[in-house]
Amino acid sequence: MPLIRPFGINEFWIIVLAAQWTIALSAIAFAGGGIGGLLIALMRVSDAKWPRLIATGFIRVFQGTPLLMQLFLVFFGMNILGFAINPWLAATVALTLHASAFLGEIWRGCIEAVPPGQREAATALGLRYFNRMRYVVLPQASKIAVAPTVGFLVQLIKGTSLAAIIGFTELTRQGQIINNATFSPFMVFGTVAAVYFVLCWPLSVLARRMEIRFSRATAR
Amino acid sequence: MYNFNFEPVFAGFDQLLLGAWLTIQLSVAAMIIGLIVSIACAAGKTSGIAPLRFLIDAYIEVIRNTPFLVQIFFIFFGLPSLGIFLTPNSAALVALVVNFGAYGTEIIRAGIESIQKGQIEAGTALGLSKLQIFRYIIMKPALRTVYPSLTSQFIYLMLTSSVVSAISADDLAAAGNNLQSQTFASFEVYIVITIMYLVMSVGFSTIFSAIEKAAFKYPLSR
Repeated sequence: MPLIRPFGINEFWIIVLAAQWTIALSAIAFAGGGIGGLLIALMRVSDAKWPRLIATGFIRVFQGTPLLMQLFLVFFGMNILGFAINPWLAATVALTLHASAFLGEIWRGCIEAVPPGQREAATALGLRYFNRMRYVVLPQASKIAVAPTVGFLVQLIKGTSLAAIIGFTELTRQGQIINNATFSPFMVFGTVAAVYFVLCWPLSVLARRMEIRFSRATAR
Repeated sequence: MYNFNFEPVFAGFDQLLLGAWLTIQLSVAAMIIGLIVSIACAAGKTSGIAPLRFLIDAYIEVIRNTPFLVQIFFIFFGLPSLGIFLTPNSAALVALVVNFGAYGTEIIRAGIESIQKGQIEAGTALGLSKLQIFRYIIMKPALRTVYPSLTSQFIYLMLTSSVVSAISADDLAAAGNNLQSQTFASFEVYIVITIMYLVMSVGFSTIFSAIEKAAFKYPLSR
């Protein structure tokens, strides 16, 4: 067997199939980030001072530091807390926290975009914080939130590529491995980029369309 | 119980400071060149020449829908097969410029489209040349409109630049990787570096809002 194998159809499929790990990682981080993001957004608009401050600090830190460092800190931090080194778990936790901060900030904006009269009317009807959010504010905010949320999903899918640096074998890492065996970086990273493009582009187009449709629907 | 040991980190702190300086240099250089690319592409996009517009659109979509890490791998490892050899540092700069250019074009284009047609017609009526119209009537107010988006894009660029350590270009994250492999105090090194990035992004956004207050003092037309 030759030392360097050629880049053929098998290598191509190995890279394409590695996209399943990118999709899995994105889906878990998106689901976890959705729960965390809702919590952060609600804390951020709460009437009490402390939840608001904690949420603001959380968003500041995660939006003001590189995702790569967040991954490193969770990766090495878990070891300190006594967990075995596990790239899968570290990537999931770091990306979930990252997504929570970004979705929290996006959704805070959407909650605040609901006209204040709605909230005041709900308060006047005797609804407390929970019911006011549940039945009046969040249903209206969620309509505004769809387009920017899909836009963030694109950013999250691209962000999962950094998990390759801590050794989690997803699309980019698989590309590096195949590149080490075939030494045809042009083809390998071209293929990797094409797979990301196929994953992200439809979402970007969808987000843009929804945004246009939404702004037309609300324009008076 | 783990014992935190920050001593080796502070012993090598000058390395980290140098790394931070390199990150700032890299980001500022990438922003300045990237801004020129953005303005050129935005001008091309609004020019009405169809093939040019298609090419610029393709560039923007490809860059915005692929990860920066893959872009830098493609530039650093892939381009040599086309005969283009770059050192890690210049590959890092090229990748950041190409990346910033795509996002910057969209931002600048939005600014240009916010200029009302009447303004440009008024410029033509006053006998200004095409270049003068582009510079004084379109770009100046457009840059003011998009200033906040441009500055937050710059901070995002600076944070993204940490990824260039993956091809061992010199920056703060790479300085951290070196220090980490000398001292084995991984967590301590990275927590200090993360705080340094946070200080830089907070510092830059403070500087940018001070510039905004000083430079855009003249009143809006509306």
